[in-house]
Amino acid sequence: MAEPILSVRNLETQFFGPEGVVRAVDGVDFDVFEGRTLGVVGESGCGKSVTARSILRIVERPGRVVGGQILLRPADGGAPVDLLKLPEAEMRSVRGGEIALIFQEPMASFSQYYTVGNQIIEAIRLHMHLDKRAARARAIELLDMAGVPQPSRRIDEYPFQLSGGLRQRVMIAMALACDPRVLIADEPTTALDVTTQAQILDLLRELQAKRGLALILITHDMGVIAEMANDVVVMYLGRAVESGSVKEIFGAPRHPYTRALLRSIPTVLAKPRTRLSTIAGSIPHPFNRPKGCPYHPRCSEIIGTVCETAEPPPIGDASREVRCFLVGGRP
Amino acid sequence: MTALLEVEGLVKHFPIRKGLLRRVVGQVRAVDGVSFTIQKGETLALVGESGCGKTTTARCILRALTPTEGKIKFNIGDASVDLARLKRRELRRLRRHMQMVFQDPYSSLNPRMVVGEIIGEPLLINGMTDRTQRRKRVTELMEMVQLPAAYLNRFPHAFSGGQRQRIGIARALALSPELIVADEPVSALDVSVQAQILNLMLDLQDRLKLTYLFVAHDLSVVKHVSDRVAVMYVGRIVELAETEALYTRPLHPYTEALLSAAPTPVPDAVSTRIILEREIADPANPPPGCAFHPRCRYAIARCAQQVPALEEVEPGRWAACLRARELSLRGIGVEAT
Repeated sequence: MAEPILSVRNLETQFFGPEGVVRAVDGVDFDVFEGRTLGVVGESGCGKSVTARSILRIVERPGRVVGGQILLRPADGGAPVDLLKLPEAEMRSVRGGEIALIFQEPMASFSQYYTVGNQIIEAIRLHMHLDKRAARARAIELLDMAGVPQPSRRIDEYPFQLSGGLRQRVMIAMALACDPRVLIADEPTTALDVTTQAQILDLLRELQAKRGLALILITHDMGVIAEMANDVVVMYLGRAVESGSVKEIFGAPRHPYTRALLRSIPTVLAKPRTRLSTIAGSIPHPFNRPKGCPYHPRCSEIIGTVCETAEPPPIGDASREVRCFLVGGRP
Repeated sequence: MTALLEVEGLVKHFPIRKGLLRRVVGQVRAVDGVSFTIQKGETLALVGESGCGKTTTARCILRALTPTEGKIKFNIGDASVDLARLKRRELRRLRRHMQMVFQDPYSSLNPRMVVGEIIGEPLLINGMTDRTQRRKRVTELMEMVQLPAAYLNRFPHAFSGGQRQRIGIARALALSPELIVADEPVSALDVSVQAQILNLMLDLQDRLKLTYLFVAHDLSVVKHVSDRVAVMYVGRIVELAETEALYTRPLHPYTEALLSAAPTPVPDAVSTRIILEREIADPANPPPGCAFHPRCRYAIARCAQQVPALEEVEPGRWAACLRARELSLRGIGVEAT
């Protein structure tokens, strides 16, 4: 396989609050390749969004990336650059330029006081040396590409005049303004209706095929992962508990959490009125993070005291990795 | 089987007011002629996308909103009452027979009351003034929803989302209602917790012979809990059928599109998705004829002129489409188990 565009190694991000330290991301490894989609999946509090923010170094205080490497391979094929070591001024051209981010709630991500055109044009002019007229033409072209109908009219509208689906299209247009090589989509369709979700996922696929984008898709929805991702990382309480190809994750999951998660999702294929299998208990509060393997209090395949005391090390490599004593690594 | 609830021609319009004099300049036709019945002990799901009128319909049934038109017959004991016409005082007597479970367990519980008070409040209001009696019933309810009775004196903030939803369900069950209206009861929960709540609702239904009106947007959740499904689009029911039949062989093009848009957790599932063009019609200004026709790939000229009525196309299967009898639409197969 080709060299990855982006490699995340042993990423650790912590929040330093008055009540203690929250290990929001606690050892995450993955690779992202050109033209492929990496799905990052997990329930609330698993650290998937903080991972995205860590890559762009936009973690809000009191959070801070405390360890690991984020290696971006330059477009000219030179040696990878560790984004965590980059001076802030250079990081600014990476954000939006090399790596772009789209958010779940497009309403909250736009300013309500400027037209969408204003906001896209600003992004274009920050990264590219275009005059106002050329930037506007480029913005219209981008809106058109993102499937916004009547782009030359919509460009002068305000975000509140657009529907949720259209806002997400505008967001995608803006993210792609400077031809990024990596696009991080953080729950891009969670706030949308199913038929609109289908439209947006279709658009992302089409844009990826056209531009060879590397896509990091963050979601809680296993259905979206199955449909979109080539590779998958499953996260639980800040850790990547399992990673592998989409076929491996869905066909031969090895971590008990992945297995339980897959069993517990409702599906349209189920027989009516069938009970779902469940995962006992609920996700612990980040301050009450269990010792040992963070999943052990809910795990149905717990081995014994080893799971309660020791943290399972990653077994395998970045393309297929599992952190569970069932798989190996027992002290 | 007997019908617990019969809704006939339910209409709810919200006026649009403008200007200094707040003159009415139009109507949002949130619910525009909805009819269905719910049998005793069954679960009817009301599904649709945002703005389709499913929540408004549910709120009209509970009379949280007063319907503009239509009948809502509620058959309780030997009596049958029209909820749409009842006065406030008469309603109060009936409210104990129908309760609601809300979507957001974070905002639907009073943060200043402990769990015991939250669950016991409906009992107190309905005349159970004896403390020990009330406490006994609350403990019983907590056991029913699998909450440790030791949590009686804790405040809602000490609970997780799933536990809060259990509290909400216990409160709804306090007065032994016949009908539970659940408006997106699991959509704010994580998947692993969602499964627990859905199972609990199924168990409680079997145990207490409850009747559910289950309002949801998620077709996979609906598949797991409902006996029959009504699909809504811009204020109207476009299709109503038994769950299995509706999923495997839909009769309305909108149902077909909705089903094909639902992501399935199976990689490499043959992607023959129908991507609907454009957006959901505006209920303040719906297109003429069938509201779905501008997005429908089977639309013919007549669809733009004639509003299709909800008709019984096959026994037990209702659809509002001029072409329901001639189209053969694609559903979702049953998983081989």
